[in-house]
Amino acid sequence: MNDTLVMQQTLARQRQRERRRWHYLALLLGLLAITLLLDIATGPSLLPLQEVLGALLRPAQADPMTLTIVYDMRLPIALMALVVGTALGLGGVQMQTLLDNPLASPYTLGLAAAAGLGAALALVSGGFWGLTSLFAIPLGAFVFCMLAASLLFALAVVRRVSNQTLILAGIALLFLFQSLLSLLQFLSSPELNQQILFWLFGSLMRTTWASLALTAAVTLICWLLIYKDAWKLTCLRLGEARARSLGVDVDRLRLKTLVLVALLTATAISFVGIIGFVGLVAPHMARMLVGEDQRFLIPVSALCGAVMLSAASVLSKSIVPGALFPIGIVTALIGVPFFIWLILGRGRKGA
Amino acid sequence: MLEIANLSLAVGQQTLMRELNLQLAPGQVHVIIGPNGTGKTTLLRALFGELAPRQGHVCFAGQSPRQLGAAQWRRLFGYMPQNIQLELELSVLEVVVLGRLDSLAMRLADEDILAAAAALQALGIAHLADRPLHALSGGQRQMVLFAQVLLRDPRIMMLDEPVSALDLQHQMQLMEHLCQQTRAKQWVTLVVLHDLNLAAQFADRLIVLADGALQAYGPPAQVLDAALVERLYQVPVAVLRDGQGIPFLRPLRSVSHG
Repeated sequence: MNDTLVMQQTLARQRQRERRRWHYLALLLGLLAITLLLDIATGPSLLPLQEVLGALLRPAQADPMTLTIVYDMRLPIALMALVVGTALGLGGVQMQTLLDNPLASPYTLGLAAAAGLGAALALVSGGFWGLTSLFAIPLGAFVFCMLAASLLFALAVVRRVSNQTLILAGIALLFLFQSLLSLLQFLSSPELNQQILFWLFGSLMRTTWASLALTAAVTLICWLLIYKDAWKLTCLRLGEARARSLGVDVDRLRLKTLVLVALLTATAISFVGIIGFVGLVAPHMARMLVGEDQRFLIPVSALCGAVMLSAASVLSKSIVPGALFPIGIVTALIGVPFFIWLILGRGRKGA
Repeated sequence: MLEIANLSLAVGQQTLMRELNLQLAPGQVHVIIGPNGTGKTTLLRALFGELAPRQGHVCFAGQSPRQLGAAQWRRLFGYMPQNIQLELELSVLEVVVLGRLDSLAMRLADEDILAAAAALQALGIAHLADRPLHALSGGQRQMVLFAQVLLRDPRIMMLDEPVSALDLQHQMQLMEHLCQQTRAKQWVTLVVLHDLNLAAQFADRLIVLADGALQAYGPPAQVLDAALVERLYQVPVAVLRDGQGIPFLRPLRSVSHG
């Protein structure tokens, strides 16, 4: 008799849940706008926020000096922080979905270490195929990252190994590439060592409009292709057997997403170096905010990554005025206490 | 009609099913029984197309999986695998709605949400709709996953131990709903059960498997007797029968008390 009423209430509550998630999305976008402005404003010369806004919105009336600082120096770097944060947040959440493991991230699976080795090899060899190190380093990092990823693909596809085995193989790769990298550092001169170390820390300072455009394009395309499978990826979270029973072609979905994640990660890492922690933490933050519905989890995780990296970029410039901390260090230093606070808070709620 | 002709299944060197022949009619509940590890789950997986037959074939309404294509073939099925642990931050309603994966748009339509709500209602668990899946008991989760499979609107319904965690009330609710829908929607229904009395009560046909081969097939009243059960499980039983000849089994203890 009141069955329809109950159903209508269920519908209303589902819509309410979805609205709440939209609010989180909007909130994160707002936060992102703020960190972006701060990121452009901070630096060796501190710009007032009005001036930054003016330069962005009405460039014709802005001071030419400000315009130079904003457009030639700060904007590409600030945008790169957003794009790379997005890529890492997105890559991390899909690694965790595919491998059904909260510890999975491009970093824990050795992809970052592989990129590091590739970059170091390019540095040590002083460029190859007639390429200057400016091009050789990102290329080396990209190639090695994809190489490590292909080893994982091969395991996933040819041997059809379980998720656990895949993670173990990834961790083994991590150690392999790390020790090879150490060996390389051990053998090379102090000056080269310094350069390798600097690359490994991760930095947005090497950004150019060209590298930004390339990274943004790859990130956008991968984002769209992953988002298209949002429902299937949600099903995958119910477990492989159940996803199959719902008609998901699990093997194909896994391979396709793994390739996209590798591409995303390799591109981001090759231009900015190794920035840990964002790929691991952003998905967890997103999951706490919006749950496992991938229609929301994908964009929110990407946004969390973007906000984190953008905020870290601001902090890396302002902890010690005038000095620039490597951003890869800042993300972990700030992120770890925050993350521990988050998971402990969730543990309390669950109890 | 779901036809299983001369079906043999194997993984590597190990034969899991030998030359199975069955013709399963729509509108009837077929209950698969048999000791642990005799290929019940394997059979369901093979029918669903997850395991290629070593020999023989399956077809539905005269069409083989190859003719239909894998995706189209699987669309015929509502398949509920065995219960597993699920710790997910998804609401019950969102889990159920995934039963319609094939037709979900990026924005969830009212119609899909209402269909999920109706399925929950029909099973008497509408009050769970907004709970997160990780907060449910094993039995509640099983009811939710049954609601999910109902939403697929299948032609062939396959449930693998769907009542393993359910209390008496929910066992009856699930089985009665299943029987009623099987008749109404003319599903070919296959259920794996371990409770022989429940099987006897709800099955139109029993499929008795042991050692990778069919041991008996037919209505419970004809198939299920003390000799068969003792042979299958090495447990002596007393068999009582009600007015329609439906058997009721009472296992006998080897060491008597008293």
